[in-house]
Amino acid sequence: MVPKSFGDENQQAVELLGANQIPVKITQIERELKFSKKLHYIEAGSNLVPYTTPEEYFNLSQKKLKGKNIYIETNAEGCIPFSGKYGANLYQEIYNYGLVAAQIAKNYEFDVIHAHDWLTYPAGMAAKQVSGKPLVVHVHATDFDRSGGSVNPSVYRIEKEGLDAADAIITVSNLTRNIVINNYKIKPTKVTTVYNAVEPVHNGHQNHIGKADNEKVVTFLGRITMQKGPEYFIEAANKVLKNMDNVRFVMAGSGDMMDKMVERAASLGIMDKFHFTGFLKGEDVFKMFAHSDLYIMPSVSEPFGISPLEAMQTGVPVIISKQSGVSEILKHAIKIDFWDIDKMANAIYAILNYPALSKTIIENGWEEANNLRWDESAQQVHEVYQTVLSKT
Amino acid sequence: MKYICFYFQIHQPFRFRNYSFFDIGKDHYYYNDYLNESVLQKVVQKSYLPTNTLMLKLIKEHGSKFKISFSISGSALDQFELYAPEVIESFKQLAQTGNVEFLAETSAHSLASQIDFSIFKKQIQQHALRIEQLFGVKPKIFRNTELIYSDQIGAEIYKMGFKGMLTEGAKHILGWKSPNYLYYNAMQPKMKLLLKNYKLSDDIAFRFSNKNWDQYPLTAEKFAFWLTELNPKEEVVNLFLDYETFGEHQWADSGIFNFLESLPRAVIKNTPFTFETPSAIIKKLQPVAVINVPHAISWADEERDLTAWLGNCMQNEAFRKLYGLSPKIDQINDPKLLQDWEYLQASDHFYYMSTKWFTDGEVHAYFNPYKDPYEAFINYMNVLTDFAGRVNSFVPDTSENKEINRLNGMLIEKITEIERLKEQLKRMKKKVS
Repeated sequence: MVPKSFGDENQQAVELLGANQIPVKITQIERELKFSKKLHYIEAGSNLVPYTTPEEYFNLSQKKLKGKNIYIETNAEGCIPFSGKYGANLYQEIYNYGLVAAQIAKNYEFDVIHAHDWLTYPAGMAAKQVSGKPLVVHVHATDFDRSGGSVNPSVYRIEKEGLDAADAIITVSNLTRNIVINNYKIKPTKVTTVYNAVEPVHNGHQNHIGKADNEKVVTFLGRITMQKGPEYFIEAANKVLKNMDNVRFVMAGSGDMMDKMVERAASLGIMDKFHFTGFLKGEDVFKMFAHSDLYIMPSVSEPFGISPLEAMQTGVPVIISKQSGVSEILKHAIKIDFWDIDKMANAIYAILNYPALSKTIIENGWEEANNLRWDESAQQVHEVYQTVLSKT
Repeated sequence: MKYICFYFQIHQPFRFRNYSFFDIGKDHYYYNDYLNESVLQKVVQKSYLPTNTLMLKLIKEHGSKFKISFSISGSALDQFELYAPEVIESFKQLAQTGNVEFLAETSAHSLASQIDFSIFKKQIQQHALRIEQLFGVKPKIFRNTELIYSDQIGAEIYKMGFKGMLTEGAKHILGWKSPNYLYYNAMQPKMKLLLKNYKLSDDIAFRFSNKNWDQYPLTAEKFAFWLTELNPKEEVVNLFLDYETFGEHQWADSGIFNFLESLPRAVIKNTPFTFETPSAIIKKLQPVAVINVPHAISWADEERDLTAWLGNCMQNEAFRKLYGLSPKIDQINDPKLLQDWEYLQASDHFYYMSTKWFTDGEVHAYFNPYKDPYEAFINYMNVLTDFAGRVNSFVPDTSENKEINRLNGMLIEKITEIERLKEQLKRMKKKVS
């Protein structure tokens, strides 16, 4: 069950049904999957967007639908008429979503409830309450990652309730696992780390575009928010530009810190070598990687971080912060503390100036990234299911 | 008569400080003094000094039946002089017993044999001279860095006047042959070879304190018993170890010192073996066969090859760049620059860049200041870039550089002159007041 299907999801193994406009019309699809179990995919219409904070949601809904607040009521049968519009606030939307989940839980046969991140925890809890089936929650990020420390108490409360109610918790890294254990006071035995992976690309290595001129491109790609550490990228770029001329820095993406970043780059006087592309998607992301000689992810707090793996698959060496989950599994990447801009600058300089380094990292990194398979992650999730089922 | 050749390697590199690209061209000091001193002090206190004291005691106890040999790298000697001069005194005491032989090696503990024999030989001569000055005897036997050996290296070493060399008894070069005989070089039959018995050496060096080892615990009596079990025709057992085995790789509380203390007694009493120096062994024994080693071997890892130092493209790149400077180095006589040149060549720097340790971790990580090979390579290349800049300004290739060099020289002259005059002025002022 997903809050919103965009229509571009991979539909090979499962089929996602768009129900944004339909009041809890539930359709059920069966497919044979690898673990020889059938999977039913049901979509309940909602406007929940992954990785949203209440503030972001508010901005989103204000921007698009100013003055068009819609009140949602349940009818006698317990169905919720979904309008496909943004609700008055995010909490209401989450609550509505939970009601649908409870409805589905009542009508369908299943073994395990698996809920991803705080937006769907109430739904998971509702489904558990109705069905009595075990709840597995999957933590892709916590509010500590998103907010940079100033946690929203309402979000924290929902997260805490979900984590407490869960029979098992899956985190995407040990970094996140520790946050869950320490900041949400969860029993460590309940929390398992299952790392993310990437789809293998077999010719990505060759896809890399060698540029004719001697100019190198160093890229930051992601949301320009506090969590992603864009300011450290700018400061390191400034240091490198003082010692090297044939290099350009690109900050691709958008976010609430963008204006501040443009100001900072301008005040450092490096705008002739520092470029902002705005938000990139689809093919453009791939093109950006293909034009890069180095990819940097200086995240302040990154539960996992799949983008370095995509860069590695495209034949681009990466520098990642030690404060990322992916740094726990990657060997063939330069790892730095996000705040250590001297070390970051040093690593940038080295990769651009010592070809043997870049070559070694690219070759080993390409192989390493392609060996991180979803099959293995799925197997581990399956094991978590087995454990909770054996307990009930 | 049968012999045990009990030989120890002593080496410490000058590890680099965190040298970032900001320092290139600005700061020419490369070393992490704190780390180097603290590692050395630790090893000196835990291993070198107590082991030397024990060796001295054993020599007094067993006289001519207990002889040992050492090779001490130039950079280890430098560090003793800097941080622990008492260690040199203690080796001198050992030397005076006449039961200890000091071998020649490259002063820099370098891999020069892999690229340039003239540099290689120069470093050996330098080191041999220093050993003779310190311990009073000219080295007659050669041991290359990490026991690296090939037919060609052996033949070149013979030309320098050495009659014997130590290397690894690698399975792939010995085949069915036993390492427990004297062998000779394939290109120069007069060059004798002592091959490490890695099974018995590693029983002490690596397995001694391993509680999962089926032979644990190892006692001197058990070790002596193994020696009696060898083929009765075999003549020599070469036990080649890092000296840090005693007290550092194997801690004192593992019982390693007790083992060492009782080993000579157990061996001399219960077996036909006595402990002898390499130069005596090559005189007393006849070589039984030739050993063919067309490709260089070493004592490292399972493969016994050089891939731990020159196995990936970062290591090869750094190695090529480093020795690319050698023609210019020949024209330099600045002692500081030559010292850096020597310390840059230490094999350890290349070892730190090995990507093999991702699977073969523990040994490679020993006293390694870097978290991964990439960091090691980055730091080394930054240092090398700065060093190359200094070499180039010393030996300019263009007329422009020549001019800069000349002006630099003038500047330094002027500065020293000013300093001298300032001093003079100070003295005059003092006199006047």
